[in-house]
Amino acid sequence: MKYLELTVGAALVYNFVLSRFLGICPFLGVSKRLDTAMGMSGAVIFVMTLASGTTALVYRHLLRFTFRGKAYDLGFLQILLFILIIAALVQLIEIVLQKSSPKLYQALGIYLPLITTNCAVLGAATINAQNGRTVLDATIFGCFSGVGFALALLLFASLREKLELASPPKAMEGTPIALVTAGILAMAFSGFAGLC
Amino acid sequence: MMLGAIETGRILMAAALMAGAGVVLGAVIGAIARIFRVEGDSRVDLVTELLPGANCGGCGKAGCRDFAKSVVSGENPPGKCPVSTREQVGAIALALGVEVGEVAHKKAVVRCSGTLFTSDRVAYYNGIHKCSSAMLVGGGPKVCRYGCLGMGDCARKCPFGAIEIINNLAVVHEELCVGCGSCAAVCPRGVIAIVPAAAHVHVFCNSPEKGAQKRKVCRSACLGCGKCVRKDPEKFELEAGLARVKYSAPELPTAETVEAVGCPTGALAMTERHRQKASEETNAK
Repeated sequence: MKYLELTVGAALVYNFVLSRFLGICPFLGVSKRLDTAMGMSGAVIFVMTLASGTTALVYRHLLRFTFRGKAYDLGFLQILLFILIIAALVQLIEIVLQKSSPKLYQALGIYLPLITTNCAVLGAATINAQNGRTVLDATIFGCFSGVGFALALLLFASLREKLELASPPKAMEGTPIALVTAGILAMAFSGFAGLC
Repeated sequence: MMLGAIETGRILMAAALMAGAGVVLGAVIGAIARIFRVEGDSRVDLVTELLPGANCGGCGKAGCRDFAKSVVSGENPPGKCPVSTREQVGAIALALGVEVGEVAHKKAVVRCSGTLFTSDRVAYYNGIHKCSSAMLVGGGPKVCRYGCLGMGDCARKCPFGAIEIINNLAVVHEELCVGCGSCAAVCPRGVIAIVPAAAHVHVFCNSPEKGAQKRKVCRSACLGCGKCVRKDPEKFELEAGLARVKYSAPELPTAETVEAVGCPTGALAMTERHRQKASEETNAK
């Protein structure tokens, strides 16, 4: 049951974009074409998985500790430390990828820095911390949150490619019709509510 | 007292944790960057250094470095850079061992000669001093819908300082202009044209309206009388009440041509004359 929530829950029921409304910026920004959306989706899944695992590790072992017999609770540093760690992590991944896997670097390259400090990535880390998840659980949650984001982004990108061919009223062209479409897509996703 | 001690301890701990995290992460990134260093193509740096570095975008790339990359990869010949002189292009070609490629020098020309004194205004515009802003307010203060608004969007955009605003008219200084096209891209009226650098005679008017209508609102407009076309059909053409220089013709008009034609309003002129005329404060009305 717990794993159902961590997988299906993260990807569909509590979809990051369409029901938590996090990560709207890349959702609207890179959804104009399907191939850029695919690159972005890959990068998001990659970063979210790694960032969730790492931040859970830090949260559980670095923010609460005992020093010289005195217990310290530095939970208030959570956001600051998470951002620092995620940014450093993405930077590291980028450097390593460039050398060890140029193909993957070319595919994800420009999207990696874009999502470094994205709220969806930080959101996944914070939600994990709030629920006190273990490192493994947090990593699974991060991965499937990324999958949910990718699903929403790819669906929306396909819809927008179709929208290019439609002829809406002049005032609705471009961003307005895209936002309305995103709203309807979110309503469709609300049908998953109560699944777990 | 006790509380104070605990708080100090927490603050110190927090500071130490953040400082420690920063130092450790920085060191790790630094070390990894060293270990996983990827050698870039040194030729790109070389070509970037040889380019003018104006980042004007006249070549169609996002900047000089981007252009250097395309030159190294063979996508563009070095001569595609409109700013570099023949010698600079030669140096790049020599360094890479490639062909120079066609050097097509261009320059900008403001196809309007309606200054504050020679053209009429429909209103006094007191808003933000930008052509783009003025355009939003009923299309700008000028009666003529096609002429230069003279608020200097192009002059501010020009990376080479080649455009001057004289009496509310943008004037191009030929010796500074490299023809990158930044000005033409920002002009909301589209009055700036990019023409071959060898052309020194232009029709300084952009309005396709009827001659009589133009005459009413501007003393320096092209009336579309066709005098120049009759005189030299090889070099000029008439389209919709507006004469144009045929820039693609084998022979471009010269100072003698201008004299021989004798344009009644002076819209057909040399570039220097355009500049002089802009500074003359004559109100013929």
